[in-house]
Amino acid sequence: MTKRLDGGLIDRSKPLNFTFNGKKMQGFQGDTLASGLIANGQKIVGRSFKYHRPRGIFTSGSEEPNALVQLRSGAHQEPNTRATVAELFEGLTATSQNHRGSLENDIMGGIDLLSPFLSAGFYYKTFMWPKSFWEKVYEPFIRSSAGLGRLSMEVDPDSYDKGHAHCDVLVIGSGPAGLMAALSAAKSGAEVIFADEDALMGGRLNAETFEVGGQSGSEWAAATVAELSSMSNVRVMNRTTVYGSYDHGIYGALERRTDHLVSSNGKPRQIAWKIYSKRAILCAGATERSIAFGNNDRPGIMLSGSVRTYANRFAVTPGQSVAILTNNDDGWRTAADLHAKGVDLAAVVDTRDTSPLGSFTGASIVTGAAVKDTKGRKGLQNITLTNGQTIQADCLAVAGGWNPNVHLTCHQRGRPTWNEDLSAFVPGGELPPGMIVAGSANGTYGLAGCLAEGRDAANTTVKDLGFTASRTQAPKAEDEASSVTPIWHVPAGKSRCWIDLQNDVSSKDVKLASSEGYRSVELLKRYTTLGMATDQGKTANVLGLAVLAEAQGKSIPETGTTIFRPPYTPVAMGALGGRAVGLDFRPFRLTPSHKWAEENGATFVEAGMWLRAQWYAKTGEQGWRDSVDREVIATRKSVGICDVTTLGKIDIQGKDAAAFLNKVYANAFGKLAAGKVRYGLMLREDGIVMDDGTTACMAENHYVMTTTTANAGPVFRHLDFCRQVLYPDMDVHIISVTDGWAQFAVAGPNARKLLQKVVDEQHDISNEGFPFMACGEISVCGGVPSRLFRISFSGEMAYEIAVPSQYGDDMIRALMSAGEEFDAVPYGTEALGVMRIEKGHAAGNELTGQTSALNLGLGGMVSKNKDCIGKTLSKRPDMNRDDVWNLVGLQPVDKSVPLNAGAHFLEKGAEPNMTNDLGWMTSVAYSPSLGYSIGLGFVKAGSTRKGDVIRAWDAMRKKDVDVEIVSAHFIDPEGERLRA
Amino acid sequence: MIINHPLLGPRDSSEFYHMGDAVLMDRPDPEAENAAEQFHDYAYLRDNPAGEYRELWYHEQGDRSWLVVTRDTLTHEISSVELAREVARAQGRSK
Amino acid sequence: MRFSAFKIFKEGLTGNKGWTPHWREPEPKPSYDVIVVGGGGHGLATAYYLAKEFGVTNVAVLEKGWLGSGNIGRNTTIIRSNYMLPENNPFYEMAMKLWENLEQDTNYNSMFSQRGILNLCHSDPQRDAMARRGNAMILSGADAELLNREQVRELCPFLSFDNERFPITGGLLQRRGGTARHDAVAWGYARGADMRGVDIIQNCEVTGFHIENGVCTGVDTTKGPIKANKVGVCVAGSSSRVMAKAGLRLPIESHVLQAFVSEGLKPTIPGVVTFGAGHLYISQSDKGGLVFGGDIDKYNTYAQRGNLPVIEHIAEDMRAMIPALGRVRLLRGWGGVMDMSMDGTPFIDKTHIGGLYFNGGWCYGGFKATPSSGWCYAHLLAKDESHELAKGFRLDRFIGGNMVDEKGQGPQPNLH
Repeated sequence: MTKRLDGGLIDRSKPLNFTFNGKKMQGFQGDTLASGLIANGQKIVGRSFKYHRPRGIFTSGSEEPNALVQLRSGAHQEPNTRATVAELFEGLTATSQNHRGSLENDIMGGIDLLSPFLSAGFYYKTFMWPKSFWEKVYEPFIRSSAGLGRLSMEVDPDSYDKGHAHCDVLVIGSGPAGLMAALSAAKSGAEVIFADEDALMGGRLNAETFEVGGQSGSEWAAATVAELSSMSNVRVMNRTTVYGSYDHGIYGALERRTDHLVSSNGKPRQIAWKIYSKRAILCAGATERSIAFGNNDRPGIMLSGSVRTYANRFAVTPGQSVAILTNNDDGWRTAADLHAKGVDLAAVVDTRDTSPLGSFTGASIVTGAAVKDTKGRKGLQNITLTNGQTIQADCLAVAGGWNPNVHLTCHQRGRPTWNEDLSAFVPGGELPPGMIVAGSANGTYGLAGCLAEGRDAANTTVKDLGFTASRTQAPKAEDEASSVTPIWHVPAGKSRCWIDLQNDVSSKDVKLASSEGYRSVELLKRYTTLGMATDQGKTANVLGLAVLAEAQGKSIPETGTTIFRPPYTPVAMGALGGRAVGLDFRPFRLTPSHKWAEENGATFVEAGMWLRAQWYAKTGEQGWRDSVDREVIATRKSVGICDVTTLGKIDIQGKDAAAFLNKVYANAFGKLAAGKVRYGLMLREDGIVMDDGTTACMAENHYVMTTTTANAGPVFRHLDFCRQVLYPDMDVHIISVTDGWAQFAVAGPNARKLLQKVVDEQHDISNEGFPFMACGEISVCGGVPSRLFRISFSGEMAYEIAVPSQYGDDMIRALMSAGEEFDAVPYGTEALGVMRIEKGHAAGNELTGQTSALNLGLGGMVSKNKDCIGKTLSKRPDMNRDDVWNLVGLQPVDKSVPLNAGAHFLEKGAEPNMTNDLGWMTSVAYSPSLGYSIGLGFVKAGSTRKGDVIRAWDAMRKKDVDVEIVSAHFIDPEGERLRA
Repeated sequence: MIINHPLLGPRDSSEFYHMGDAVLMDRPDPEAENAAEQFHDYAYLRDNPAGEYRELWYHEQGDRSWLVVTRDTLTHEISSVELAREVARAQGRSK
Repeated sequence: MRFSAFKIFKEGLTGNKGWTPHWREPEPKPSYDVIVVGGGGHGLATAYYLAKEFGVTNVAVLEKGWLGSGNIGRNTTIIRSNYMLPENNPFYEMAMKLWENLEQDTNYNSMFSQRGILNLCHSDPQRDAMARRGNAMILSGADAELLNREQVRELCPFLSFDNERFPITGGLLQRRGGTARHDAVAWGYARGADMRGVDIIQNCEVTGFHIENGVCTGVDTTKGPIKANKVGVCVAGSSSRVMAKAGLRLPIESHVLQAFVSEGLKPTIPGVVTFGAGHLYISQSDKGGLVFGGDIDKYNTYAQRGNLPVIEHIAEDMRAMIPALGRVRLLRGWGGVMDMSMDGTPFIDKTHIGGLYFNGGWCYGGFKATPSSGWCYAHLLAKDESHELAKGFRLDRFIGGNMVDEKGQGPQPNLH
């Protein structure tokens, strides 16, 4: 380790070992990786994106363009991590990015020599010949050299949480303005959230040598943070970046919980907060900017304020002989602070024609000149001034002035405005509602001004919220000098003057783009990639704009600005996704018979969020088809039981319930008697089928509707819309009871016999007493209330029996045990599907939201005698042409051939093209009842083509099968079984 | 976004389902002479204003009220939230 | 000036001093044969093909902002022709074929990269629908392959194959699908149109239409009135606002679609992949950023920004689909205003006003259609009749009931 300076906010009693590219290094608690690297004399930390130029640490904060590393290793590897904000911890490992071979001797470094041929946008002008080379040669090369860090491609082992927090006042940033804002707001009694991205709160107070109220700035900051932390109405959130401003006072914030630790230890690594604020005070400070001169990117060239941060806060110096280039008073402070720390100063170069603001032993003081060029490929060696002077230095601190951090003010499309005095963009008029800005983020650069403005902003805010402003006084402090005369660009002949360090955009690129017609700043950005790197141009954008303005002979405000978009700094996708990972991606909905089904060998399938038994395998079965065939055959032969709980169930009551059903169903529902069920067809207002199901009249003014599993939610919403909005005076009330009832289909010739064993004997469920489409409130198993519906999806004599969910597990066990003597089988969704296809019932594959009642062969159901949702538009002429698709049955001419869903229909001999397309196969199944494959499908004018043979053409599976158009009712077309 | 539910107070918009223009309340009279044309316009044509907009939201993860929200489509500022049933009644809808 | 490697070499040796503007910045003339309102991708493509394919060169493109500032400047760059309905897929396949020759045609490298698009499926009904779609693609002259789980795993081993809440059961692959550098598409068309005499006029907003006796004869702009024989509006995102100036109500609502890019990474994802148990599409740009998006924000808006719920959904879907992406950082998100049409399908048609034409309603699928939209619109503007492959895109299609509803969601734009 090189010698540390005196002072600083590091804990010298806690040394920390870490490695960079395998090299062992040591730092202290309180260091960042960047300060640790500087302390160990590491000059080069990475390679630039395009030209692989050696780069060093450029800043001390989240604006860093250069010092991006891969932090940690293995599955924890985190590419593109800014060394300047990564806190050092014992055992930290980091590796550098974007080089082939070693960091020092990157074999891609030679690409820099080709830069004359790689000017802005060069790739738009070449790689076009020969045509086939783009995908085969050029692009693979470009892609292999693209990108920065490398992802491990292993599953992220860490967990993330989401949090919701509420406050009256959110204070963003903990510099002097933020501290005063938080303190003043808190003392008024408002609920305050006080957030800063840094681990150590205090902002620039920790980086400067200011005095506040007779203490050092950092001591005052620490004391104030301690005071705030002790208040019950304040939540202090360090390591928390407020990254985005969203509608209605909602802010996105990322809290890093364990990134400063060697391991998360099972705790969430980060928390993505949504902060619901009534007001927000943005005290995000300012970011220093560079000056574009020749080779201004060499390792050792750093922003001046950052050099000061390293010296004052971290007690390290980035150079042993430091030169300073400044166009404002602030650069002199760096000189003074370094001098005070005993760092040798090589020179102070002020571009202004002013008298020097200080003198330092051994340092050349030059005014009215600038740095024109530099030397030292792997570390700065000397600088050449515009006056011809060459000065030896291993670090150059560049003070180009400060830009207020207006980012969050732009997140709702507000545009910053140019302030001529500050030569910087300041927050514009259209801030996100509820936000005010204070301190240097607002262009107020002096310390005393920041403190006062923070307090005033808080007072205004809390008064607005109805609190009495506290009388908190701003502590005594002085405004430092901050006068600036901007200089943006020092032309340097052949040397390139860099603007966007990460994306390697130089002033020449900007000028070239402008001269080629990319004159709007938006076009410039897109053509050159200026400001598009991981730092989003925090140190580059204004400089780029200035050079563009210079090229076009316009002022900066005439040239325009781009606005910032969220997030302020990059946010891990893991954090945004929270706990919704792996099997927890979405909740599981389980039916009441789930446990029983598991015990009985069920394979489950996702149906929306539900898990449903797909089939129940028995020992000896060679695959799912064996099980499904057995379940179908057993059901059709004797009896089968299927859990149909997942169907939507909606309880409908009220004096106008029947009238209401008449509106929402296309077929007539006015005269359904108590104790009867009816099939209902529901249309959207555009005349397309929305859903189908049955509705049972349990009693006068009391109905139970079933929906398909998939549409349970949408249908309920639709009914609520009709009832509340379209027919607000109808006396009708609805409630979803899907999860309240466990429901089982009991189907097959022995269904009744089985049920008679569980239904309490006072209930007559004989064919006469309880015919097809009957329903009733009954009891089972000695008094368990239940509902019985005589309906059938399978085409068999069938019932659906519903019991309150808590009895669901008992019910399936009771049914199965009652069914033992009939060899009852449980059947899953596959067998259910086979039987509904055999019966010709439409389901999800047919109800696609594109099919009308006519398409489904149900055109006659749309009542002519009443209005209903969808009726008028269902009569549109082109939906009723003779050649619309009709749902038909299909069977292979060669019965040994299986059918495929998704095949399209063509006439025999027809060319396979869109013009000849006759429709498609929607559903297929092997019918164990018939012994061959059958299908349902939509065929143009299909209802008139029974008996025709067409082709089921399936390029996806390379099949072309002759099929005969038949009735969709393969089994029991007369419905005798249903009524048995 | 936050919707200030007239019964339940401020609620995050993620509790709601957004359907569209509040003109969907004005279902035409199916008996009207030009019902086909009216239904076409009702179902398919929209003013789609840039500015104040009345729209229907459903508090699906809440009390299942349909609401008429007046919101600016340029700024997202919400100026009023009403129960759709009451608005519908006021507009003369009944059974 | 012709772009080539040789030209770059020569300029590189001589200080890159010989490059000239890629387009002029002309002032508007008093009148044109055709005015295209909107200098986004579709408008520029329309002007390009009008000049190149239909010989109409007395054309102005009027752009309110900077050229390419429409949704061509903010999208996830995906190109595919994997639609299902007969009104759609042949049209998108026409675009695909134009994409395949676009760079040579415009002499501008828009980096169209056919690295394939894979739609994942997670259930049997989804697979059936994909088979239907895949077959429709082949019928339209496109390419498609239906993959099973193992084939998907072989192609994209980084997808989630363990611990999946919704296991991948297969996918539909279109190898000719891919991505392009979206801005470059606009620039290539702009340069090509300009070279052929088209005036591209930036910072020129249309403020009104001259309509006399049911015929449109020109426009008012912020740069003064301009006469035209035909005016073709092509301003997706602002369609309702612009067409309202001509008194039209459209079957369109405006919604915001957010798109996102991650920090640059070394090669991670080869082509485009879409999630079937949520809503996510993702690819990796040639610069290394992962480019991804999901659903629209669902509420009507003209603000080019979105909110957090969509971002969170996308993040959840991303980790569910590719569990290794948890540590990838979201760099930037942006919002584009979409013309969401009532059936999810666009319009390229005449209006009831003579000389006034409309192209819009692209929902969030307009980018891939840029070439065929431009070509078919140019055809309509030049010949006054719909191109054969754009006949399904009529403005009045809902009157007769000819919806072109790929998703089957009905007339609720935020569901498409």
